[in-house]
Amino acid sequence: MQTAPAQQLVDHLFRHESGKMVAVLARIFGMHNLEMAEDVVQEAFLKAMQAWKFGLPPNPAAWLMQTARNKAIDIVRREGYARRYSAELAEQLTAETENTVVQFFSEHEISDSQLRLVFACCHPSLKQEDQVALTLKTVSGFGVAEIARALLTNEAAIQKRLYRAKQQIKETNINFEIPEGPALHQRLETVYTVLYLLFNEGYNSINAEELIRKDLCMEAMRLCKLLSENKAGAKPSTYALLALMCLQASRFDSRVDENNSIILLPQQNRSKWDQQLIQLGYCYLNQSSTGEHLSVYHVESAIAAEHCLAASFGQTNWQHLLQLYNILLGIKPTPVIMLNRAVVLGSCGQTKQALKEIMAIPGIDVLVQTQYIYSAVLADLYLTLRDYPNAQKMLAQSIALTTSGAEKKLLGERLALASQQSA
Amino acid sequence: MKNFMLIFINAERSDKFSPEEMQSNMQQWFGWIDSLKAQGIYVSGEALLPGGKTVKGANAIVTDGPFAESKEVVGGYFIVKAESLEAAAEIGKGSPDLPHGASVEVREVMKF
Repeated sequence: MQTAPAQQLVDHLFRHESGKMVAVLARIFGMHNLEMAEDVVQEAFLKAMQAWKFGLPPNPAAWLMQTARNKAIDIVRREGYARRYSAELAEQLTAETENTVVQFFSEHEISDSQLRLVFACCHPSLKQEDQVALTLKTVSGFGVAEIARALLTNEAAIQKRLYRAKQQIKETNINFEIPEGPALHQRLETVYTVLYLLFNEGYNSINAEELIRKDLCMEAMRLCKLLSENKAGAKPSTYALLALMCLQASRFDSRVDENNSIILLPQQNRSKWDQQLIQLGYCYLNQSSTGEHLSVYHVESAIAAEHCLAASFGQTNWQHLLQLYNILLGIKPTPVIMLNRAVVLGSCGQTKQALKEIMAIPGIDVLVQTQYIYSAVLADLYLTLRDYPNAQKMLAQSIALTTSGAEKKLLGERLALASQQSA
Repeated sequence: MKNFMLIFINAERSDKFSPEEMQSNMQQWFGWIDSLKAQGIYVSGEALLPGGKTVKGANAIVTDGPFAESKEVVGGYFIVKAESLEAAAEIGKGSPDLPHGASVEVREVMKF
């Protein structure tokens, strides 16, 4: 018997459509009615889940949009003007409103609404952790449990953040619009921060499951791309951030082996790096090099590109990287950047200077005792200097601090090696 | 081989699904139907949309519902071929919604 091939939905279709639908509905009902928008979307999805099990409609995305549109028109009709105006005027007003609603569901308006929603979620009156949670929930269509998994917290914490954000939106009467002039510039900075955070959360949190981490990185990239495709968002810094994400993401699959152990940069199989993403990254890097403003993202993407350009770890241009880190330090003098710069110094053969600079980081005493990465880097430098007692001390320290099994394993192997050497 | 009707009674918890969970649930259904078709035991099937009306009693009173809130709402049915009621129940065990609290009613279709 001939069997039909399995029906397939586009990956993440529901998530992406959810974001679009919430955006359009929030534009229709207003940000203060965000929950109503989310309810309409959920209803449409439940209907789809029920009806499509036995066969997909020809255009699933259009089916969902149509369902949301009809529901929106229903609500507009129900909440109409009949009570306040004469029947004749009410009818006319309702007809006009319906036309506008239909207009909002057109392709171009949808992408515009999505961007407005991103801007609303990143409103400066919201706390940063609330901005992140709200963006993931509304723009990205993540469920509460998925957000909790991605951000390594529990569902109750995420519920609280979402509730707080929605209250704040109502209280401050946040508008559903794209800011103009200097306000646009300011808001874009917040959006960049949220997207950068989303990406890094996915890229760096070794503790979370592989799948959700990758989803988070891909989602940050998708939103950044969305931003770059709109006139308001197509700025050099947007392209720089997009370049940074592509170049970093190209190494995603080469950083962990089949046993979930971490593979560090020197040992990574560079042939596993995603060349397509690297090329895309270079392309965006090119597009970013206009205008006067040199953003953090410009420098960070240049650093990422430098690593991608090196044919092997040994051929890395450390001198150039050091220059880039010097520039970065000038824009963003944070302990982590200082630490990373010291690593590059070490790779340039200036191990002692690197040690000296790490010790000079403000608050280093506390940092070493609270964040494993500092002792891990120090241990590395001590190993290079064959100072095994200090290396052992630092390795033991970082093992105690990290919560990641993969990190513990890697550091444990080094500790065994250091103990062997010193014996 | 006789025909059996598998009647799917919806999972209560499914209305709390995230978009990604809904999509993966649906993908599981596609896979299940495909495997039944491949075995040549799938005859037909249809889904019912949520909501509806109920007509009841001598006066044919029409009320709204069944509602999603009520515990047992039929979501759809399959007609499948099986040797026995037990074998048909085995097929019903494949429903992707069972882990979410759904149930499957298995009935033999009478042949006149």
